[in-house]
Amino acid sequence: MDAGDALFWHRLQFAFTIVYHYLFPQLTMGLALLIVLMKAIGLRTGDRRWDDAARFWIRIFGINFAVGVVTGIPMEFQFGTNWARFSRFAGGVVGQTLAMEGVFAFFLESSFLGLLVWGERRLGRVGHFFAALALFAGSWLSGYFIVATNAFLQHPVGHALTEDGVLRLADFWAFVLNPWALAQYAHTMLGAVVTASFVVAAVGSFYLLQGRHADSARLFLRIALPVGLVASLLVAFPTGDIQAKLVARYQPVALAAMEGRFESGPRAAIAMIGQPNVRERRLDNPIAIPGMLSFLAYGTFHSEVRGLDEFPEDTWPDNIELLYYAFHIMVGLGTLFIAILVLANVLSWRGRLERSGPMLWVLALAFPFPYIANTAGWMTAELGRQPWLVYGLFRTAEGSSANVHAGTALFTLIGFAGLYFVLGLLFLFLIVREIGHGPSEAPHG
Amino acid sequence: MVELWFAILAACVTAYVVLDGFDLGAGALHLVVARTDEERRQVLAAIGPFWDGNEVWLLVTGGVLFVAFPAVLAAGLSGFYFAIFLVLWCLVVRGIAIEFRSHVEDGLWRAAWDAAFSVASGILALLFGVALGNVVRGVPLSADGWFALSLFTDFRPHEPVGILDWYTVLVGLFALLALLTHGAAYLSWKTEGAVGQRSRTIARRLGLGLLVLWPAVTGATVRVRPTYFSAFASRPLAWLALVTLAAGLIALFAGLRRGRPLAAFLGSCAFLAGLLAATAVTMFPVLLPSTRDPSLSLTALGSSTPVAGLRTALGWASIGFPLAVAYFFLLFRLHRGPAVAARGRDGY
Repeated sequence: MDAGDALFWHRLQFAFTIVYHYLFPQLTMGLALLIVLMKAIGLRTGDRRWDDAARFWIRIFGINFAVGVVTGIPMEFQFGTNWARFSRFAGGVVGQTLAMEGVFAFFLESSFLGLLVWGERRLGRVGHFFAALALFAGSWLSGYFIVATNAFLQHPVGHALTEDGVLRLADFWAFVLNPWALAQYAHTMLGAVVTASFVVAAVGSFYLLQGRHADSARLFLRIALPVGLVASLLVAFPTGDIQAKLVARYQPVALAAMEGRFESGPRAAIAMIGQPNVRERRLDNPIAIPGMLSFLAYGTFHSEVRGLDEFPEDTWPDNIELLYYAFHIMVGLGTLFIAILVLANVLSWRGRLERSGPMLWVLALAFPFPYIANTAGWMTAELGRQPWLVYGLFRTAEGSSANVHAGTALFTLIGFAGLYFVLGLLFLFLIVREIGHGPSEAPHG
Repeated sequence: MVELWFAILAACVTAYVVLDGFDLGAGALHLVVARTDEERRQVLAAIGPFWDGNEVWLLVTGGVLFVAFPAVLAAGLSGFYFAIFLVLWCLVVRGIAIEFRSHVEDGLWRAAWDAAFSVASGILALLFGVALGNVVRGVPLSADGWFALSLFTDFRPHEPVGILDWYTVLVGLFALLALLTHGAAYLSWKTEGAVGQRSRTIARRLGLGLLVLWPAVTGATVRVRPTYFSAFASRPLAWLALVTLAAGLIALFAGLRRGRPLAAFLGSCAFLAGLLAATAVTMFPVLLPSTRDPSLSLTALGSSTPVAGLRTALGWASIGFPLAVAYFFLLFRLHRGPAVAARGRDGY
């Protein structure tokens, strides 16, 4: 195998480990917000049932958080092991946010996690609320530093090149407050809240369908449905909309590839269905809404949207098909979430949700889809960034470790696949057991 | 500024070894000092609230290398590729073992996790020692700043070198012994009853082993890298480190003998900190020596990011690190007193 193969395995290993890792933080970040809300309502109203509900979700949070921690550690080290040339090139800039994540977020989270999960009695009601708040702050800070790091790769600002040809930080605040980071952060965190809302609603609906823990189940739905609706609306507008406009402005070739748009022109359509055919340079069997892409990207239905034909082929994203599918799956599912949550909230406000079996079934089974949508969203961002590792500055092919062979990278990828498969089984086993046990009424610790 | 970041890096490594060291050591030992489920949960209660925060120091060490000395991070992590993944996988298994073990009330489930926890902790302690041995001995860095290491060659610490040779394995065994002692000292402070008693006895025995192995490792280091010890002539900090180390050893033994376990544990902390500080002071400014040619070594000055970036990082670090220390003291205060085993499916 030659160096080209090595690049493929390095990319696949990073992609696999990050996608797997992000299944856990997307729940814990969203759930942290819901737990803080449950604890706050419990404190305000004095109603102990909210504390019981929070306690159940804190247990689920704890198991997820543990898997998030152990699968997160390899991420940081893979920059050095698999992307050594990139690390040497960009460490002076992206090292800042990655180190800040450790110092500001991980210490905070790790110190209060044990107290949140097992310290309710030790801390008392108010103290326990603050432990929840600390985990919320820590995990959302952590999210910001990661998104800011990614935003630099998407849209580098605040940097300069040294004489040795590596990056240095020129403007700290421009780098940390990258406009791309602000938009992407809001979009990402709201996506995490959607995931958590669907998971909480799913367990609530499951209990109602089972006829167990009905009191807790009602509380789960009462908090998850409105929060989920607000978050799923905000994911689309304004945050998703701003993201799309940023992509149109700074990564026009990525936008063209996301839509499978090979030719330029006004009144650009958005495809509902269709498959990009890169060899023939067209979209097969498209069913499209005319003018919609022009509107989403530039705000008018007749704007000119550039197609791939306007860009040199060596700047095209290298997997246009996957990019196209990822983007469409994200948008399609995002729309579906709004529809499901509007309907569920209407039923809930009218007090008819509990008698609506089909709706409970939909809610109980819908929870995997936000995970898919979040993953597809990240795939859109990362595939759209190709062939660049740092957009416009540094190609992905230049970033991998030259001293690590293809077979070596494949070996560790297989190692991760095996380890994470077992980890996933154990995780599911424990989560299923926790849901089986249901909420308990005695605080522990 | 570069010197300061070298010191910050050394401080992060030291904090990691001193802090995660006690839970690694306690983890590796717990099959011996804790026999029943309740005793094992006593050990887990003693380290459960802290292990994750301790491990963050490893991530922060990586972060500091990334921001301050990216060329060293890049060369080191890619050059030690397999060894790094072995460490990462052990960290995954160990973390999961601590967090998942007590969720299920079943003897076999718990016994399996106890074994995984113990073995992974032991391997990690050994590997960290081997890593330190490699950094002291040097790696085959070439002119372009990269290297790749085989697991072993002929087990001699000269070109062609491998990750394992008699020197690095010796340092690995020494690290394992030092962290086992450290863990035992911690448990004799934080646990009572049979676990505390056994930990005290074991700490004393392992400590005697340290007295034998420490001079051996020092002698071996003189053989492998004779130049390092010339630093003692010109760098007073090296003597300070040596005094800390010696005082730590005395406190460890005196504390164990007189039934003052906290003093013994702090002594063990001082011993480890002195050892690492002495290594850092004698190595400065080299971060990763080349076994091929000393001029190819990666040094702090040659591989740092530009000073402006370091100054920026110092700005946030001077807020962030005090906060981290504050959380740490708050956490230890909230969990003061001897650790009590949790019951049922709750707690560690």
